[in-house]
Amino acid sequence: MATYIVRRLILALIVLIIISLMIFFVIRLLPGDPIYLYMSRQEQQTLTLEQIQAARHEFGLDKPMVVQYFEWISGIFHGNFGDSLFYSESVGALLKRRIPITLNLGIPAFIIGSVLGTAAGVLSALRRGKALDSVMAIFSYMGIAVPIFWLGILLIYVFGLKLHLLPMFGYTSPTVDLVQNIKQLILPVVCLAVTPLASLARQSRSSMLEVVRQDYIRTAWSKGLREREVVMRHALKNGLIPVVTLMGISLSYILGGSVFIETVFSIPGMGALSVQALLSKDYAIIQAVTLLIATMIVVVNLLVDLTYGWLDPRIRYS
Amino acid sequence: MTQESNIINLGATTRFNESRRIMKVMLGRKLVVLGMVVILAFIIVAIFAPLLAPYDPYAQDLNVVHQQPSAAHWLGTDALGRDTLSRIIFGARTSLLVGVVSVGIAAILGIWMGLIAGYFGGWTYNIIMRFIDALMAFPMILLALVLAALLGGGLKNVIVAIGIALTSLYARLMCSQVLSAKENDYVTAARSLGAGNWRIMVRHLIPNCLPPIIVLITLQLGTAILAEAGLSFLGIGIQPPQAAWGAMVSDGYKYILMTPVLSFAPGLAIMLVVFSFNIVGDGLRDALDPRLRGTL
Repeated sequence: MATYIVRRLILALIVLIIISLMIFFVIRLLPGDPIYLYMSRQEQQTLTLEQIQAARHEFGLDKPMVVQYFEWISGIFHGNFGDSLFYSESVGALLKRRIPITLNLGIPAFIIGSVLGTAAGVLSALRRGKALDSVMAIFSYMGIAVPIFWLGILLIYVFGLKLHLLPMFGYTSPTVDLVQNIKQLILPVVCLAVTPLASLARQSRSSMLEVVRQDYIRTAWSKGLREREVVMRHALKNGLIPVVTLMGISLSYILGGSVFIETVFSIPGMGALSVQALLSKDYAIIQAVTLLIATMIVVVNLLVDLTYGWLDPRIRYS
Repeated sequence: MTQESNIINLGATTRFNESRRIMKVMLGRKLVVLGMVVILAFIIVAIFAPLLAPYDPYAQDLNVVHQQPSAAHWLGTDALGRDTLSRIIFGARTSLLVGVVSVGIAAILGIWMGLIAGYFGGWTYNIIMRFIDALMAFPMILLALVLAALLGGGLKNVIVAIGIALTSLYARLMCSQVLSAKENDYVTAARSLGAGNWRIMVRHLIPNCLPPIIVLITLQLGTAILAEAGLSFLGIGIQPPQAAWGAMVSDGYKYILMTPVLSFAPGLAIMLVVFSFNIVGDGLRDALDPRLRGTL
């Protein structure tokens, strides 16, 4: 197990280094002067060539790329993500305020998606070929295909505009008003949970179907165990192992989806921030947010791999 | 001579039987048939858009702005008096174009990266696959968004951005396929007959690794269309006035109280098309994958 852990850690580290290199160089090699990273559009137009040169020197953009890269990385380790142009404050301060909001939205969605998705998948596998299975199959196909921004608009229309049951948009911190916070988050959390729920339902269904065909399940049945015992004690334990590996993908869906959901519901989290940054070419934010999201996914995948290796010894030795 | 032609015939017959079997499995499932019908309709609408659209999708008519659905305008009109149905019909063109070309780019790039990594192994494998791992750490939609925004939006850049964002899955699938396929006897046989790396890769490995790739392509067509809709919804994708479903949903959202159909109709079109590609892709996978044969 120790070798397995070390090997996984080194692999994750290498991937993180490649990610940081990709983010750094893609932003700098694409058309456009990297001085945009540090200057507002107005400044770019009014400053003279000499002043721009001076600014270039001030920000260290006349140094070799490699040196710049290491300065960027060491800045991150000191909590310095650079300054935003659009918001005229440091990216670090912006992220500190916005990450909790995205977590407030994303964690409930992640839990709902994982629990309900797995339950739905197991249930359809057990009732395979029955009406319930077909209905769930159609719903999960719809869940994967639905554009979640459109689903958000639909829900706002029905529950906000027509039925007046729930607030249509906005965000209130749970420390300020918990009831309002929950009311405002119901619709966005539902939208965000749909895609991971649907994809987990399908994956756990096929994973369970693999397991119920195994010999030891037949043995369990032939011992005269009740369905409950066969499912809980034998099938679930093994059937859910591959489902664990999908946690990273669920996280990926949720972080990607938050970009849309936060925009539709006017929630000032990290997703809405990235859209703003992309539209206003606020490179310092784009760099920081993409690096942060990719790092989160790598870390979760690492944890998933380690759990998987711990649950299923065959993985460790392959 | 007779013997040789028999062998060729035998090959042709099995291939024919194989595709007939796949069709039979797929046509046996109602949902898959429905999906195939929708996809066919989608393609026809996209190709013959100018013939099918009742109005010019770009013609503004300020006398008929914000019309509710009526006999003249089946799905109403938008804020500029443009016919919504005609814009949806033309939007199908954008979706189909982006879907096919971006998935094509992703498949070609991914197949070659996976093939080279899997075939040569060692350092080549490590470098390519770690790069793919890094790409996979970004949520696909976020990667497409960032690339499209950095490249500057517009049809061409959206296609390139989505194409790159989808590449990693093909590379990973192809690589794992090649890793097992290259151990087969036909590869050893080809090599002992003097075939070089290029010939083995192109003539033997690619055709043998293709079936699961074809399934992935079908599924990814839906994903690409969904991604394009998302990009256009956020204003980073297809630029107005070009008709794109995602941008139409966003436009309609502004007038949700007055004419909700403006936002609902294009969204429904996106869902229906993506739904169909997923169902047909899954049907194809079940028909091709021998492990699931006879069980579905």
